[in-house]
Amino acid sequence: MNAVFTGHFKKVKEYLFPPLIVCAVAAALFLLTDIIGYRVVAFVLLMTVSLIAMFSDIVPVVLSALLSALIWDYFFIPPRFTLHIGDTEDTFMLAMYFVIALVNAVLTYKIRQIEKEAREKEVKANSVKFYNILFNSLSHELKTPIAAIIGASDNLLTASKISEENKHNLISEISIASVRLNQQVENLLNMSRLESGYIQAKKDWCDINELVYSVVNKLEDKLLHHGLKIEINEKLPLFKLDFGLLENVLINLLGNAVIYTPPKTTITIRADFIKIVKGHFNFFSDILQPERDNEITNLIIEVSDNGSGFPKEETEKVFEKFYRLKNSKAGGTGLGLSIARGFTEAQGGTIHLTNHPDGGAIFTITLPAEVSYLNKEKNE
Amino acid sequence: MNKAEILVIDDEEQMRRLLEITLQSNDYIVKEASTGYDGLIAAANHPPDLIILDLGLPDESGHSVLKKLRDWYKNPIIILSVQSSEEDIVTALDNGANDYLVKPFRTAELLARIRSTLRDITSEENNSLIDCNELQIDLAARIVKKKNEIVKLTSTEYTLLALLAQHEGKVLTHQFLLKQVWGPSYINESQYLRVFIAQLRKKIEDNPNKPFHLITESGVGYRFVAKE
Repeated sequence: MNAVFTGHFKKVKEYLFPPLIVCAVAAALFLLTDIIGYRVVAFVLLMTVSLIAMFSDIVPVVLSALLSALIWDYFFIPPRFTLHIGDTEDTFMLAMYFVIALVNAVLTYKIRQIEKEAREKEVKANSVKFYNILFNSLSHELKTPIAAIIGASDNLLTASKISEENKHNLISEISIASVRLNQQVENLLNMSRLESGYIQAKKDWCDINELVYSVVNKLEDKLLHHGLKIEINEKLPLFKLDFGLLENVLINLLGNAVIYTPPKTTITIRADFIKIVKGHFNFFSDILQPERDNEITNLIIEVSDNGSGFPKEETEKVFEKFYRLKNSKAGGTGLGLSIARGFTEAQGGTIHLTNHPDGGAIFTITLPAEVSYLNKEKNE
Repeated sequence: MNKAEILVIDDEEQMRRLLEITLQSNDYIVKEASTGYDGLIAAANHPPDLIILDLGLPDESGHSVLKKLRDWYKNPIIILSVQSSEEDIVTALDNGANDYLVKPFRTAELLARIRSTLRDITSEENNSLIDCNELQIDLAARIVKKKNEIVKLTSTEYTLLALLAQHEGKVLTHQFLLKQVWGPSYINESQYLRVFIAQLRKKIEDNPNKPFHLITESGVGYRFVAKE
C-alpha cells in the first residue's frame, strides 16, 4: 500500500515539477517584461525547457514545451492576455519557438538515452569479464580432476606394459581426482541452493563439541602439516541449530585456513557462548521467572590462525561470491567463504573476518539459538 | 554357505554395472532391474535375499516401490539416495528400509551395509554376547566390559547402548531410539540422545572425540560399529 503510494507520488512529482518550474520562470519574467521585451522572454523560456530536458522524462518535457509556448503567447506576445497574435512576424516566432523547443527537448532526451545505453553496455562488459574469470577458475577446478580421471583410465585401458606399481598409482590418482571433483560439485550445488533461496535450516539439538571434532576428523588428512588447538567451553549447552549447515561452514573455514596459511601455522578453533539480556528490566519476567524469555544465547565459534592475515581492504570482500584475493594462488573457486556466510545467515547468524594484531586471521561466527542445559542426573 | 542373491533396482546403467562388478567379485549373485515396475516383478518372481533400491526411479518414486515391497517382502532393503536429503532417508527408514547409502559411496561402506543387514537374517539365534575386541557387551548379564574392566553405566545408558549394539552396523533413527529408550512421548526430544551419546562415548570410546563405535549419522540417527 505504502509502496504504491510512494510510487504514485514519485510519478506525480515527475510530471508536476517541470511545468511548475516553467510557471515560476515565467512569473519572474513577467515582472521584467517591460525591461527586457517579450522576445528575450522567449529565449529565456527556451533555455528553461532545454535545462528541464536534461533531467526529466520525455513526456513532462514536451508538456513543458507546450506550456511555455502557451504562456509566452498568452502573457507576453502583444496583445497580451489573449491567445490572439497581432503580428504575422510574431505568429512565425511562436511557431518557430514551439518547433525549436520540441526539437531541443527530444534531442536532449535522445542523447541521454544513448548515454544510458553506453553505460549499460559497460556494465554488461564488466559482468562478462567477471563471468569469464569465474568460468576460467571453475573450469580449471572441474577439468583438472576430470583430465586426471580420463588420462589415468585411458592409460589403464590401453597401455600394455605398465608396472603394477604404476597401475596402482594411476588408480589412486583416479580416486583422488574423483573426491576432489565431488567436493567442487558439492560446493556448486550448495551455492545454487543458496542462490535459489531454497535453503531452510533444519534445526535440531547440536552437541557443539561433537560438531567441532567431526569437522576436525573429516579434515584430518589435510591438517597433517598444521598445528591445531581446540578450545571449547566445557559448560557449553546444547544449541538448536542445523548441524549439517554449521558443519559445512566450519569445514569451509578450516579448509580455507589450511590451504592459505603456510605449513606449521597453528589454527585455533574456539567455541564459547554469551548470554544477552534483551530490552528493559522487567520485574515479573526477571524476578519471578528465573528462566527468562527475553534472554538470548549466542553461540560464538572462532577459527583463527597465526598466518599472515588478510589485506585490510579486502576483509569484507572475501565473503563475496567468486571473490578471490588479488595475490592468491591458482585453483579454488572463491565459493567457500561465500557459502560459509550464506549458511551462517540461513540460520540467523553472522560471520566476520578480522585480523589479529599479532598477525593472522580470525573468523568469528555468532549464532543466536535456543539452548538446552539438560542435566543428565536429573533425567535418569 | 549359499551365495546370497541381491536385486539391484536402479535406472542408471553405469551404476548397475558398477554394483554388479563389485557385488559379484564379493561372491554375491546379482539380479538387475532398471525401473520400479520391473523391480517389483523381479522381486515377486524370485524373492532375493536383499534389495538395493534407488530412490530416484524414472517410472515411480522409490518410496512407493519401497512401500509396495514391504507389503510382503521381509528381507533387507538398502536405499540409495542422493546427497543432502536426510528427510528422504528418514522417511525411507520409517517405511521399512533397513539401511541407506548416499551417492557417491565408497565400496567398503556398501559391503559393510550389505553384510550387517544380511547378518540380521542369517544369525537369528540372538547372540547374547557382543564382542568387539576391547569392548564386550553381555546382554544376558547386562554387563559392559572395556579392556576386561566393567564399565559403570546408568540403566538408560545401558539400554541405549544395548539397543544400538544389537543392531550392530545398522543405522537407527533418532525417533526410533527415543521411542524405544525413553518412550513415545519423547519422540522429538533429541537433546536426550545428544547428552547420553556424549556420555556413553566418554565411557566406552578410546577417544570420545573421535568415536569408533558410536557413529553419528548427521540428520538421520546413530550407528553402532563393532569392528574395523
